[in-house]
Amino acid sequence: MELFGIFITATLINNFVLSQFLGICPFVGVSGKLSSAVSMGMATTFVLTMAAMVTYLVQHFILLPLGIGFLQTVAFILVIAALVQFVEMVIKKVSTALYRALGIFLPLITTNCAIMGLCIFAAMKDLSFIACIVFAIGAGAGFTLALVLMAGIREELELASVPRALRGAGITLLTAGILALSFMGFAGMKF
Amino acid sequence: MTAVRALTHGFWRNLPPFRLVLGLCPALAITTAAEYGLGMGLAVTFVLVFSNALVSLLRRVIPDEVRIASFIVVIATLVVLVELAMKAYFYPLSRTLGIYVPLIVVNCIILGRAEAFASRNPVLVSAADGLGVGLGYTISLIVVGSLREILGAGTWFGRPVFGDGFEPFGFMVKAPGAFLCLGLLLGVMNAWSRRRGEIFVQT
Repeated sequence: MELFGIFITATLINNFVLSQFLGICPFVGVSGKLSSAVSMGMATTFVLTMAAMVTYLVQHFILLPLGIGFLQTVAFILVIAALVQFVEMVIKKVSTALYRALGIFLPLITTNCAIMGLCIFAAMKDLSFIACIVFAIGAGAGFTLALVLMAGIREELELASVPRALRGAGITLLTAGILALSFMGFAGMKF
Repeated sequence: MTAVRALTHGFWRNLPPFRLVLGLCPALAITTAAEYGLGMGLAVTFVLVFSNALVSLLRRVIPDEVRIASFIVVIATLVVLVELAMKAYFYPLSRTLGIYVPLIVVNCIILGRAEAFASRNPVLVSAADGLGVGLGYTISLIVVGSLREILGAGTWFGRPVFGDGFEPFGFMVKAPGAFLCLGLLLGVMNAWSRRRGEIFVQT
């Protein structure tokens, strides 16, 4: 039940994009088309889960026993960068179809603050290994949800006449504001 | 390009997050008050100046294949410095900014400037570019923070602006207000650029 609470909180109540402001750059950049939004969401969820597991091990078996917790930022970003590179290589070898779908998004994910943010949050809250994984999947689901919602709206917006000055990033941010407003409705939920 | 021109480009031509649509996450997250914007902006400026200078110094040493990883190590080291200094001297501010201080490391402005500018320009010019873009970012964050603080809390840098009768417009300091404020400012900037005859639309 506690794990379910963690999942729902990460997906809806503290949605990474719309209430924590993590991962805004891919949210604005890759939400133009529904198909690429789904691929980006899946790639991010996958890397989030892997990164949460690996940084948990780094935090609890290297940083804390050696008493070098202050190196957390450096250690995490290096681990994430290496992990993304590794995932890219594995996918390239294993499945060409998957690589074609996710490949171009993977390098972007290294500097996606949702990944780094999740790892720091998990270390800060001192979650257990299982809770970490659930938290990561929940956050990934929330990120995918926000991205897909946004892409659906933006595909419709292509047909609307948007004021010239607001075209592009401007209208995307305003739409995100309305989405964030509706996600505030989840704020009262308690688990 | 001279150092002075690199410096002044940051104030308009390369002004983040409006002209370079990078670094949006902190611009939305921590701008609930002007003071936080100032703190975040200065932290980013510090990292940006030194990362640009160091990357530029090392640009002939770093092999091309591993340059992104090397840039990230340089940036992460500087961010840890800022993090520790903030905890030591500005503890309340570092508590408020919280997770967004270590997240400076994945702020795309810094990696973007290292890759696009510092890796192919001399040291002094690169440092000037870092200073210009950093100060431009600081100004943007203060403007967004001021707007949200004045409307959302009725104060500016913690001092009350309106009389007692003012009912704060609480929406502005919440998440939707951040998106709305930044989106509208972006629109205003675009309209202004268009009037000056600069063709520019963010994608």
